[in-house]
Amino acid sequence: MIETNTAAAGTAPFAFTPENQAEARSILARYPKGREHSAALPLLDLAQRQQGYVDRSAMEAVAGLTGLAPIRILEVATFYTMFRHAPVGEHHFEVCTNISCWLRGSDEVLRALRDELGLDPGGKSDDGKFSVQECECLGACVNAPAVRVGDHYFEDLTYDNTVALIRKLRAGEKVVLGSQTGRVGSANAAGATALAGRAS
Amino acid sequence: MPKLTIDGIPVEAPEGATVLQAAELAGIEIPRFCYHERLSIAGNCRMCLVEVKPGPPKPAASCALPVCEGMEVFTNSEMARAARKGTIEFMLVNHPLDCPICDQGGECDLQDETVLYGEAASRFREDKHAFADKDLGPLINTRFTRCIHCTRCVRFCDEIAGVPALGMIGRGSSCEIMPWEEGVLQTELAGNLVDVCPVGSLTNRPFAFRARSWELTKTDSIDIMDAMGSSVRIDSRSNEVLRILPRLNDAVNEEWIGDRSRHFIDGLLERRLDTPWARVTRGAALRSVSWEKALEILRERVEALGDAPKVGVIAGDQTDLETLTAAKDLCAALGSPNMDCRQDGARLDASVRAGYLFNATIEGLDQADAILLIGSDPRKEAPVLNARIFRRVRNGQAAVARIGVPTDLTYPVTELGNTPGEALAALRAGTHPFAEVLRSAKHPVIIVGQGALRREDGAAVLNAARDLADALGVVREGWNGFSVLHTAAGRVGGLDLGFVPGKDGLDAGAMVQALGSGSLDVLILLGADEFDTSALANRSTRDALVVYIGSHGDAGAAVADIVLPGSAWTEKTATWVSMEGRVQRTLRAVSAPGAAVEDWVAVARVARALGHALPFSSVEDVRARMAAINPLLGTLWTLTPAPWGAPFGTEGAVSAEPFTPAVPNYYMTCPISRASRTMAACVEALSGTEDERTGTDG
Repeated sequence: MIETNTAAAGTAPFAFTPENQAEARSILARYPKGREHSAALPLLDLAQRQQGYVDRSAMEAVAGLTGLAPIRILEVATFYTMFRHAPVGEHHFEVCTNISCWLRGSDEVLRALRDELGLDPGGKSDDGKFSVQECECLGACVNAPAVRVGDHYFEDLTYDNTVALIRKLRAGEKVVLGSQTGRVGSANAAGATALAGRAS
Repeated sequence: MPKLTIDGIPVEAPEGATVLQAAELAGIEIPRFCYHERLSIAGNCRMCLVEVKPGPPKPAASCALPVCEGMEVFTNSEMARAARKGTIEFMLVNHPLDCPICDQGGECDLQDETVLYGEAASRFREDKHAFADKDLGPLINTRFTRCIHCTRCVRFCDEIAGVPALGMIGRGSSCEIMPWEEGVLQTELAGNLVDVCPVGSLTNRPFAFRARSWELTKTDSIDIMDAMGSSVRIDSRSNEVLRILPRLNDAVNEEWIGDRSRHFIDGLLERRLDTPWARVTRGAALRSVSWEKALEILRERVEALGDAPKVGVIAGDQTDLETLTAAKDLCAALGSPNMDCRQDGARLDASVRAGYLFNATIEGLDQADAILLIGSDPRKEAPVLNARIFRRVRNGQAAVARIGVPTDLTYPVTELGNTPGEALAALRAGTHPFAEVLRSAKHPVIIVGQGALRREDGAAVLNAARDLADALGVVREGWNGFSVLHTAAGRVGGLDLGFVPGKDGLDAGAMVQALGSGSLDVLILLGADEFDTSALANRSTRDALVVYIGSHGDAGAAVADIVLPGSAWTEKTATWVSMEGRVQRTLRAVSAPGAAVEDWVAVARVARALGHALPFSSVEDVRARMAAINPLLGTLWTLTPAPWGAPFGTEGAVSAEPFTPAVPNYYMTCPISRASRTMAACVEALSGTEDERTGTDG
């Protein structure tokens, strides 16, 4: 069963900040009149960026803006694993465990997270800095295994470079985005094999 | 119209029909779970896969595939059978197979299809998914582990009931049906969810673990819990009504019924009058007596009132025509003009039939494009009819405006305010824009509710509504949109029979007053409980007599001197007229308890005790008499349009006093529903009184 939180007793219900209200209006304006329902996904994303997660109260706010019943928003928000229903850590690791990443070693990535942070999927560190979640295909199969942290992808992960990544994030150091093995784009890891003799 | 062949049978199907519908025309049933005739097409169960040529070499979902010219469909080919086998196998992967303890067992689509396409053994060795059950109120049990995710319930809530309460959340194998808020569903049609669910995921809660479908005796009958006259099936076993289901009737209830009509049944066992009761003298306690003794006391007490006692009869909301016929003849024999079938004081005019019928007809609402509600809340008064209006509004085919209490009808309504005089005048003068909407509509409808008629100026409201209908062209060639929405199943029958005060006769309210003041000696209540009986209870000065004939010990019986046990409508074969004017007959499903008799027999016995034996030896005699009084009442199941033209209502000013709701509490409107624990549970769940309980409530 998917747990979706209602706001804890005593806390104020979710409300968009003034800047985000303006942003919400511009999102709604993207769609033709009568098609405000289409704004549900970008508005949920906006709410998640403001609050870090979408709870029932945020869903009600989105429902109000789009004119949809709250249950329709709940359906959307639980369908996409990118929406979170409870607070997560500052660095939220979404580990792809679909077939390509799994075949290429996503188990090793999870083991690194377990060893370094003591976290299994669904866990959150006590200091609130890290949390881990399994996710569906990130679409980065060519550089599998891959992990999404916030808005960024980290690819070509192994046990060791995952540990290194975590340590850098913890220390607040600059990290390399994308491939962790220095691969450019999705170029062959073994170097060029076709047209090898041609000057690039 | 495209021509195609299905299993070699040539079929001509209407443009836009699906292959599944075309197959039905050819008499071929394609198995399905998610497809439902009255809901939108989802195409998500994959059970209706068929082989289609020309097309890709894979099976196609026939419920979502439009027919094309020259199509060749094979519903039972190797490919189609293999596809269905696979679908069933996948469905059973997470299904608990707990048929022996499932209430759906025996009437389960999944069970039936598994017999046809399932394997004897499962290849699935992994753990099955289980889901938490949700609280959907006192009428529905949930076992979401059994759910096959057809989303019929979600679509029913959205498209028929008009309350988007349920949704399918999550994805893949973690999908589950969930309400936004747990607790009661805010709809009067919740019971129908059990019917649309093809498996045992949503089951009838009051019926839980009571019986198997094959043990039940099924009796086709007519619902009289509201005035629509919906077709229902009464399922009973060993003289107990266990369940009521809707029957298909496109002209009336399609395949839905309201929650009160379905779940009042435990009220049939509570507070029943199974023996006569009588007070030997005025003020004495009611004592249980035999029929002979009760009638003897009646005769003695009436004789003590003098030579020619003045008698009056008030009929209740659920009084059948046989009883009314007997009572009318009793009044005639006694020379009494005092009779009334409008216990709530509705100022309905019995002289013009078109003035009290739902002339637009329920099916006619499917054409309505502008609807004016006058003092009516169709959601509470006839929820199934409200679902029809909702469908028109949802499809953008009708606009609705209302004079009356602003309540949530599940669709947008233009409020004309609740100052009737002013609002009616504004429409008549054409100063409100909705007057033009009605005038320019092809099929305009004015629905007059009982809330508008059961008041001092009710006859003036009726007249004003008729005047408005004439002025705005609501009644035109081939269309009569003037419609009175009734709440009492016996009302139209009573009016058809002329069960209203004769010359110088007293109406219901006047009879109650007269009994207190001394100008009336005997008041006979035929299951009449929905009025203020305190005036009867407080008549301390005189020996005037109240006789109650009915099935339940409710308000009327409590103030009566002689109580004679009658039958509830499930216990008699009786005639009723729906608010459209359709004469229909209920069938006896079970026997009345103890010494209770059919109500017309009780009336006949009272007549004999009073020295005026009625010439009826059987119910057929009563029916012959009924048809003699009004020949229309002899034509069962047909609708005869009422001629329009004669004026009705009385001219006069309509006051500014707001209309009040005719049905303040949907779940309790009659003695039977008031006696029902299920209905009480619904009231409690909806009002949320649980928090306010005190120690004495238990």
